[in-house]
Amino acid sequence: MSPRPVPYRPRRPRRVVVIGNGMVGARFAEEVRRLDPGGDRVRLTVVGEEPGPCNRVLLPGVLSGALRPEEVGMPRPEGPGTAVLGAHAAAVDRSGRRVLLADGRALGYDRLVLATGARPVVPPVAGLRAPDGGPGPGAAVLRGPDDCRRIARLARPGDPVAVLGGGPLGLETARALAVRGHPVTVVEAAHRIMPHRLDRAGGRLLAELLERRGVRVLSGRACTAWVPGRGLDLDDGTRVPARAVVVAVGVRASARLAEEAGIAVRGGVLVDDALATSDPLVHAIGDCAEHPGGGAGLVGPGWEQAAVLAGRLTGRTPDAAYRGARTVTRLKADGIEMVSVGEVGDGPGAQTAGDPPEEVTVSDPAGGRYARLLLRAGRVSGAVVVGLPGAAAAVTAAFDADAPVPPDRLGLLLGADLASADAGGGSGDGRAPVCRCNGVSRDRIEQAWLEGARDLAGMARATRATTGCGGCAGDVGALLDRWSKDTPEPARG
Amino acid sequence: MTTTHCPYCALQCAMHVEPSPGGGWRTRPADFPVNRGGLCRKGWTAAGLLTSPDRITAPLMRASRDAPLLPTDWDTALDRVAGRLAALRGEYGPDAVAVFGSGGLTNEKAYLLGKFARLALRTSRIDYNGRFCMSSAAAASSRAFGADRGLPFPVTDLAGARTVLLAGANPAETMPPLMGHLAAPALVVVDPRRTATAEAALRGGGLHLAPRPGTDAALARGMLHAARELGLLDTAYIERRTRGFGAAWAQAAAWWPERAERATGVPAAHIRRAVRTLGRAPGAYVLTGRGTEQHSTGTGTAAAWIDLALALGLPGRRGSGFGCLTGQGNGQGGREHGQKADQLPGYRRIDDERDRAHVASVWGVAAADLPGPGPSAFELLDALGTEGGPRALLVFGSNPAVSAPDAGRIRSRLAAADLVVVADFVPSETAMAADVVLPVAQWAEEEGTVTNLEGRVLRRRAALPPPPEVRTDLEVIGALAARLGQPAERFPTDPDLVLEELRAASEGGTADYSGVGADRLEAGEALYWPVPRGGAPTPRPFLDRFAHPDGRARFAAAPAGTPAEAPDDRYPLTATTGRIMGHYQSGAQTRRIGELAEAEPEAFAEVHPDTARAYGLSAGDRVRVVSRRGSAAVRLRPTGACPRGTVFLPFHFPDGQSANNLTNPALDPVSRMPEFKVAAVRLEPADGPTGGDP
Repeated sequence: MSPRPVPYRPRRPRRVVVIGNGMVGARFAEEVRRLDPGGDRVRLTVVGEEPGPCNRVLLPGVLSGALRPEEVGMPRPEGPGTAVLGAHAAAVDRSGRRVLLADGRALGYDRLVLATGARPVVPPVAGLRAPDGGPGPGAAVLRGPDDCRRIARLARPGDPVAVLGGGPLGLETARALAVRGHPVTVVEAAHRIMPHRLDRAGGRLLAELLERRGVRVLSGRACTAWVPGRGLDLDDGTRVPARAVVVAVGVRASARLAEEAGIAVRGGVLVDDALATSDPLVHAIGDCAEHPGGGAGLVGPGWEQAAVLAGRLTGRTPDAAYRGARTVTRLKADGIEMVSVGEVGDGPGAQTAGDPPEEVTVSDPAGGRYARLLLRAGRVSGAVVVGLPGAAAAVTAAFDADAPVPPDRLGLLLGADLASADAGGGSGDGRAPVCRCNGVSRDRIEQAWLEGARDLAGMARATRATTGCGGCAGDVGALLDRWSKDTPEPARG
Repeated sequence: MTTTHCPYCALQCAMHVEPSPGGGWRTRPADFPVNRGGLCRKGWTAAGLLTSPDRITAPLMRASRDAPLLPTDWDTALDRVAGRLAALRGEYGPDAVAVFGSGGLTNEKAYLLGKFARLALRTSRIDYNGRFCMSSAAAASSRAFGADRGLPFPVTDLAGARTVLLAGANPAETMPPLMGHLAAPALVVVDPRRTATAEAALRGGGLHLAPRPGTDAALARGMLHAARELGLLDTAYIERRTRGFGAAWAQAAAWWPERAERATGVPAAHIRRAVRTLGRAPGAYVLTGRGTEQHSTGTGTAAAWIDLALALGLPGRRGSGFGCLTGQGNGQGGREHGQKADQLPGYRRIDDERDRAHVASVWGVAAADLPGPGPSAFELLDALGTEGGPRALLVFGSNPAVSAPDAGRIRSRLAAADLVVVADFVPSETAMAADVVLPVAQWAEEEGTVTNLEGRVLRRRAALPPPPEVRTDLEVIGALAARLGQPAERFPTDPDLVLEELRAASEGGTADYSGVGADRLEAGEALYWPVPRGGAPTPRPFLDRFAHPDGRARFAAAPAGTPAEAPDDRYPLTATTGRIMGHYQSGAQTRRIGELAEAEPEAFAEVHPDTARAYGLSAGDRVRVVSRRGSAAVRLRPTGACPRGTVFLPFHFPDGQSANNLTNPALDPVSRMPEFKVAAVRLEPADGPTGGDP
């Protein structure tokens, strides 16, 4: 048994205020209540303007029609010692350890958790951005169920839609809109979609797979104007006809509260392995946080941060630490299996940082399959996989485990375990069991045949073969057939 | 010739027992829908135990802990036991005596043992080895359906299905005749290893999903998510026959297939394909086995599979369903009749006033005289000889020295007790550690009923008398009860009389046996419980309604937990335990059958060839598998069927080869199931001679 940590015994429950009731804030609340169901350790107040936490990862599913908007909600924070305030947090008074609400109330805290998330960026393109920084007429972002409703209002099935941004969210959105019956065009300013996560060949193949599913992909094109209801003007003078445009070019951390309170902020609120900000009583998790090990913008790391911080603040695992995320980008799209992990580079033979890694590439453009594996010290340092479901899972697992990969690299990519093929019993061995359940060898069956067992029933009586799972009945029958046809007696040997 | 049922697993294949021409006895298959004229190797050789030279034929007793076990007579042995029990009870109170039963005991024995503990010993400390078996599935089924009948349908229904998903079950190895019912459906086999059952699935055009050990709940949630995404939910059924789907979806919403892929290692495409196979089939079943249940998160995991089945509208519908493949011979009946810490006969609850009142009236005592619930199997064993723990242990039909988790610790607990008494017919490892061993009759030497994995009550018949100095378990219980001052009629030794009483005690309970009459059993009637007095049996109990008062099934919505122990630098591999074709449970019986012992004479560890290579080990090497709790020295068997980083060990072998020296006694919060399937381990070359290489 591992030694038990000294239990955290609060004299009174710790007062924890969470600002933000989104995917990560709500998950934090859920984890706290899982670890402290009675509310003896932590009294939680969640401050959020959101109507309810939403799992935005599932929004493309709402767009495609697979899910209804109300089905992407997350469990609301609840349980003893949990309060949810639908209020706006106006400021943090660190010296007074208080959160000031817009309605004039103040909430005292022992620990403050910022889970304010991020806001979609709408680029300053003519017609695209409203004065408040949000999407203008005919344009939308995809951050909550309301955005799905807005898109549905802007365009009916059959109407062309443009998607600005060829990252994972843009591509999942495009695919979902195509499923819904929209002609869709993705516009990506970089020279290929997912420029940071795919190499050249992988990007080309993914674009082709999308095109086969009704998504037109234009990369290396910047947009110069959005003409509401008409289309997106591009820098080469062409126009992409579109009734609506969905903007998915990235997000910016919502760090204003922290910044105004004098907490260190760069792109997001800076945090360490304890998820503490420059003020040790203030924590930040999820998209608003910036950890040196990365992870911002991805839900997996955000949820891991929620679990780590809940363990620390409830005292259940006071030493839990978040040490950064391993970069895994996995497209969520049935039928297009794409994953990219770690370093990617530009393609086969391309220069990467430092010494060149060991490289294994499989390319089958006609079959829609491509995989490139980069290895350093026998471990996966990066990979791009498109169209190979088994390899996508296996490569991710090998990358996450950071363990030496099998000697048979190609087997890993093809999902065929070539190494194990040699491990089976030789088929020419007369002692190998034909009937495993009863351990009856071919030699024994042959002997019973010689002694007069000429059909399945007789063979079962003589040897017990076929009486277990019955799976060998075909094999035994084939032997009987062959012997009775070929020769009066089976050849011995 | 006598027609009866097999001594081993929960299929309870029918067999004839008859004298063998060469002397001794032999078995052969009898006509019965479950085994359809088949038997596995264990069944074919079962008669070997009747004439085993190892048979205990006289009571054994040791004068002191250091003295050897020596034969004695029954009166001396029973007087010693009863005297010590009375003395310990006088000194420490009734809970100083603990009882450990078995899913191998007949219904009558399980019933009388529970009554003996509660009335003659007045102890709350009784539990049984079924806690280590299907307790997680039982807890999850009770919560979901209001009743736990392993398979709430006859096994013959399975053959008509289009798809059967087997989660953590390997029947091709552990109950081969079941495979005859699974030949027609497409199989989806969930198992970290490419087992014989997984091979059968692949041969038949089915699927093998290989999650990392301990991640099944994430897989089941991912499948539920995919079912909604693919429009395969049975919304009308969810609306009409269930409650709580919203909460289950709130859990599953977080497990989109790509996230489940990363958590489990199962490709998202395979998750979707499996759900399509299952959700679009006109008939489909989800069945669980020990692989998915024997975890410290086992109840939640079993519940996640039930949630999937409910979302697809399978349970309680003809031609579809959910079930648990019970393991032990009477694993089903054994969990219904009161040898479990929290139960009274008829699957009644010991903490329910009405249940207590009913049983107390049948027993002729006041309800207040019945003890309350006691600790679960591992907790009971682990407290032996400790401050406030039991001082004495009575064991019937079980071998916890081999089958309990962290077995080394349990062996030391047995050594620390003041008195250990074992009733068995072979010198099991636990018997050899006892102070008194009481030789009892075995399967074909006595009458009784068992309830197979379908919930069908069967009659086991005596083919021959037991050896002269051997008594039945019922006689042993009766004799001890009498010495403890109980009236003789309270503990009948005739199994038919015990069955009569069991019928009354179970009447109106969840597992109602009141209609299980000797005449109906004799006539071969298919008695699936509940069988009310004078009423019809219930082959498919949930067709019209589930057993909750409102008739609806409940989604569980349990969060997907993680194993209690994760691999780390010191213990980088994951050990998982299981069973193999030729042996049964702790192996106390099957290791004594020549043909079976010859085929699998010793323990082994399966690893992937790459794992073996990484450690510089090869096939046949003797290795030591080491966990935080202990080690097992076994023969290495590299095979591509075992995933990299995983070590598989069968648990049928004792002492230094015992897989349970490694296992983690972290317990499920609901079922108190230990974590048999995930332990962090490392491999070392075994020291000493490696004699006996093949």
